[in-house]
Amino acid sequence: MVSYLINGISLGAIYAIIALGYTMVYGIAKMLNFAHGDVIMVGGYMAYCSVSYLGWSPAAAVIFAMAVCTILGITIEKLAYKPLRDASSLAVLITAIGVSYFLQNAALLIFSSNPKVFPNLFSDMFTIKVGEATVTSVAVVTILSCIIIMVALTLFTSKTKMGKAMRAVSEDRGAATLMGINVNSTISVTFAIGSGLAAIAGVLLCSAYPTLMPTTGAMPGIKAFTAAVFGGIGSIPGAMLGGILLGVIEIFAKAYISTQLSDAIVFAVLIIVLIVKPTGLLGKKLTEKV
Amino acid sequence: MGNMLKVEDLHVYYGSIHAIKGIAFEVNEGEIVTLIGANGAGKSTTLNTVAGLLKASRGEVEFKGEKIAGIPAHKLVSRGMSLCPEGRRVFQELTVRENLEMGAFSRPKAEVNESLETVYELFPRLKERYKQIAGTLSGGEQQMLAMGRSLMSKPALMMLDEPSMGLAPILVEQIFDIIKEMNKNGTTILLVEQNAQMALSIASRAYVLETGRVVSSGTGEKLLKDDAVRKAYLGG
Repeated sequence: MVSYLINGISLGAIYAIIALGYTMVYGIAKMLNFAHGDVIMVGGYMAYCSVSYLGWSPAAAVIFAMAVCTILGITIEKLAYKPLRDASSLAVLITAIGVSYFLQNAALLIFSSNPKVFPNLFSDMFTIKVGEATVTSVAVVTILSCIIIMVALTLFTSKTKMGKAMRAVSEDRGAATLMGINVNSTISVTFAIGSGLAAIAGVLLCSAYPTLMPTTGAMPGIKAFTAAVFGGIGSIPGAMLGGILLGVIEIFAKAYISTQLSDAIVFAVLIIVLIVKPTGLLGKKLTEKV
Repeated sequence: MGNMLKVEDLHVYYGSIHAIKGIAFEVNEGEIVTLIGANGAGKSTTLNTVAGLLKASRGEVEFKGEKIAGIPAHKLVSRGMSLCPEGRRVFQELTVRENLEMGAFSRPKAEVNESLETVYELFPRLKERYKQIAGTLSGGEQQMLAMGRSLMSKPALMMLDEPSMGLAPILVEQIFDIIKEMNKNGTTILLVEQNAQMALSIASRAYVLETGRVVSSGTGEKLLKDDAVRKAYLGG
């Protein structure tokens, strides 16, 4: 029971880190970046290559993966989304799906469809016993990273000039422009942060589930998107809460109900939550102030 | 008195609608100039175009002697132009203080506190409520916050779009007093108003807009006495 809970929280923490990328981009650029999941996969491959081929240390691998994904995120935004800033949201959505396919197929071309076995970067560090349950070092590192990221992002958005500008842009792009805020660079920074986090999520995900393929990011991406909607899209604490709940529900469903049905159960819970509370758990009510 | 803003033969389209049809006007340093006119006359469109939010299809806008066409809106702020938009548009989820800090986004950190003091002096109410979330302020307070926020960039030219909209008469008077005060402190004002009576009473000069054209202009006093203007905008 305890070990399921810890597994669930640790899986949920990965969803949460991915969900943060979805939710921040949605909050600020008002678009669903469906290629976000594939950035996770790119992060995984970058870490894999730097450890397996170049023999780098895990820390260097993580930093390298983050750097590549950050640049990738900014580039995707510049090339694919920025030209569509004033286009309909449907056009942007289709473009995002296109970018997602592009990344998957590029990875297929470069790395082939053979699954790579991801080296466990945190395997031999330590294990902790909680009662009868054993907590792996991957789980500990994952949960700790999640907490650190949450605290850092909260401080960033509430204390720094750029963070406050992001909240301003998220609320009213036009008014933010009138303050002298460069909306385009704010959106770039958002993509950079989201993609950097995706790289971390990629490394953590592949450490816990070490099969790396070009489609590795797709399902966690969709689950994390679900988590973001579940928690209330646009809300940072919502993404965290949604991610962790989703992970816990998924692991418990797998353990007690059915492995095959676990995903169906996760999405059923999402549907029920959205019926009861359409804005998600922590989503804001959209009321027009007159 | 130098020339602060000069607009010549300005044309703006909204899609296929020709909203501004060759407007020309100027604002000199130290003046309060007002654009009055009915709904849809093109007043807000004019301000938004000058501020760089909309693109003119033809015409020139000169600010402090320099042509500013094509300069993005956010860069005009650091050049000394500030638009306090229609409907206040304060950041509802940010605190009063954070809203004001956003207004000073283009300025170095060291100067922010000095500007805060100036704004708090003009709007003591904002100082009392600096920690409050802006969305919980009353309409009048939000208007003050929007004006204070625009003032934070220390603009040479401040454009105000319908600052009196939706406010009780006593608040309207207060807002206009503050506009006069800001002007006395050295800010040139370009004011767009539906409350023509109030606007003309504080304006050095005014332009009357009708369906995208300037139909009349002159000093505030002169227009207040003008029969056609009285009939159309001052209720006889």
